[in-house]
Amino acid sequence: MTTDTQTGRARPEAIKAVPVRHPGRWVAIAVLAVLAAMFLHLIFTNDRFNWHFIFVSIGGGKRGVLFTGPVLEGLRGTLLLTVLSMVIGVVLGVVIAIMRLSPNPVLSSVAWLYTWVFRAVPRLVLAILFGNLGILWDRIGFGLPFDSQIGNLFGVHDLNAQFFSIKATDLLSGFVAGVLALALSEAAYMAEIVRAGIQSVDPGQAEAASALGMSRGQVLRRIVLPQAMRVIVPPTGNETIAMVKDTSLVAFVPVTFELFFQLQAISSRTFIVLPVLIAACLWYLIICSVLMIVQFFVERHFGRGYGASGKAKMRLRGIAAEQGGKL
Amino acid sequence: MVRAEDVHKSFGSLEVLKGVDLVVKSGEVCCVLGPSGSGKSTFLRCINHLEKIDAGRILVDGDLIGYRERGGKLHELGEKDVAAQRRAIGMVFQRFNLFPHMTVLQNVMEAPARVKKENKAEVRDRAAALLERVGLGAKVDSYPGQLSGGQQQRVAIARALAMRPKLMLFDEPTSALDPELVGEVLDVMKDLARDGMTMIVVTHEIGFAREVGDSVIFMDGGVVVEKGAPAEILANPQHQRTRAFLSKVL
Repeated sequence: MTTDTQTGRARPEAIKAVPVRHPGRWVAIAVLAVLAAMFLHLIFTNDRFNWHFIFVSIGGGKRGVLFTGPVLEGLRGTLLLTVLSMVIGVVLGVVIAIMRLSPNPVLSSVAWLYTWVFRAVPRLVLAILFGNLGILWDRIGFGLPFDSQIGNLFGVHDLNAQFFSIKATDLLSGFVAGVLALALSEAAYMAEIVRAGIQSVDPGQAEAASALGMSRGQVLRRIVLPQAMRVIVPPTGNETIAMVKDTSLVAFVPVTFELFFQLQAISSRTFIVLPVLIAACLWYLIICSVLMIVQFFVERHFGRGYGASGKAKMRLRGIAAEQGGKL
Repeated sequence: MVRAEDVHKSFGSLEVLKGVDLVVKSGEVCCVLGPSGSGKSTFLRCINHLEKIDAGRILVDGDLIGYRERGGKLHELGEKDVAAQRRAIGMVFQRFNLFPHMTVLQNVMEAPARVKKENKAEVRDRAAALLERVGLGAKVDSYPGQLSGGQQQRVAIARALAMRPKLMLFDEPTSALDPELVGEVLDVMKDLARDGMTMIVVTHEIGFAREVGDSVIFMDGGVVVEKGAPAEILANPQHQRTRAFLSKVL
């Protein structure tokens, strides 16, 4: 075989063959096209969808339900709830994951206990529970722990070493209770995601880094977590999108500053139910689309040094650099 | 430079090292041979405290590794002190263990810049020079995944050298490489040996041991069976076990 090339035979003509036909594909496309047409027909010929109400005006010269003031306000609330709960959830989740992987048995059991409790309780129950914590304690204070007990021990009665305290119902107003319920529950799930990510990193990486004299914190921050991010980001995107939708649960705390609550208020005022639900679907669709775009870029960032597309790009950049140009 | 006295190490009920003694002088290249499971990698990992030893002591450049002796009692060193000891000891692994999310240059710069907190520009120059020296000056901006095994291992050597170690440990540095790539890594190591670096090399490359090694030790069953100059040990082994091993690999 190798002698062929050595004898200098001309390269044969490229193969021109009749490609394999895929009739099944065309049938599938036809079926789907008909179904799509039926769906559109269904939507646009039925007046009860009331697109005018959704997009143009809810009557009385006001904007469509999608864009009314309270709904936009609610949208802001939903986004704020999502961001706050996710930020607290991710930070706390990382801490709990690290505790869980700690060689210290007390830390790891506490972390295990936390995930056990907060994954077991449904978010809706948690939200209502946090909204009603004011029943258990009327004031929440910050100060020395067990101050009155310690005072009794030394014969001082009514020792009060609290720096300040506030009424529980004030602190756990709907919004704070909602954020706490969502964030604490999220942290439990994030902890498991982060733990899986950390454990997915080759132990040789941490070994090589500590052999270079890096401290445990440096190894974690610089070497292990950045590599774990590849595994952590996709499920975190999932969690964020789920969180956008779960913010609708805090309507039961109750939080009024939230998209779904505002839409429902309109529907109970106007007795127009379905278009309002469709407006809700549309908003959630839009938010999730934006989040998916963000996730794409985050994944690309942490995919550095891996995978074919990254390599191809690097090679291109190398070629461009050799020719003295920029890509 | 390195002095190991009666080092013992067990994993659970399995005793891997059963009293290893070794002296390596400054500038010496010591090659460690032996069948797999003889404890040679474990012993190497004990020298920079990646494994904690159960008995005996290891001194590198006069410092007791992993412990501090005070008033006749041994105190375990904290995380920081262990890390400080490791800075002076470079290590090269069988599977390279480069950081895949960093470029080649960042891999080499990471430890001097972050651990020793040296001047960034200076570190960058030194890293580039080291990569030039191992023949990878053109690859500074590549990611490890884009390099061949031999190139990755040369980066790993440059990464260890960037910390200006007094001692280099090599744990089967060519065992994970294609045969045609072994030579380029051995060349870098020879170059290093010529420069007077103290090296302990766990290897199956008998040719390298003969050519570059100042001393060879043969380990089996968790003890040093034989130690001596390469010419003696490789040509005229005294022990039955050494002879049996060499007859298989030569």
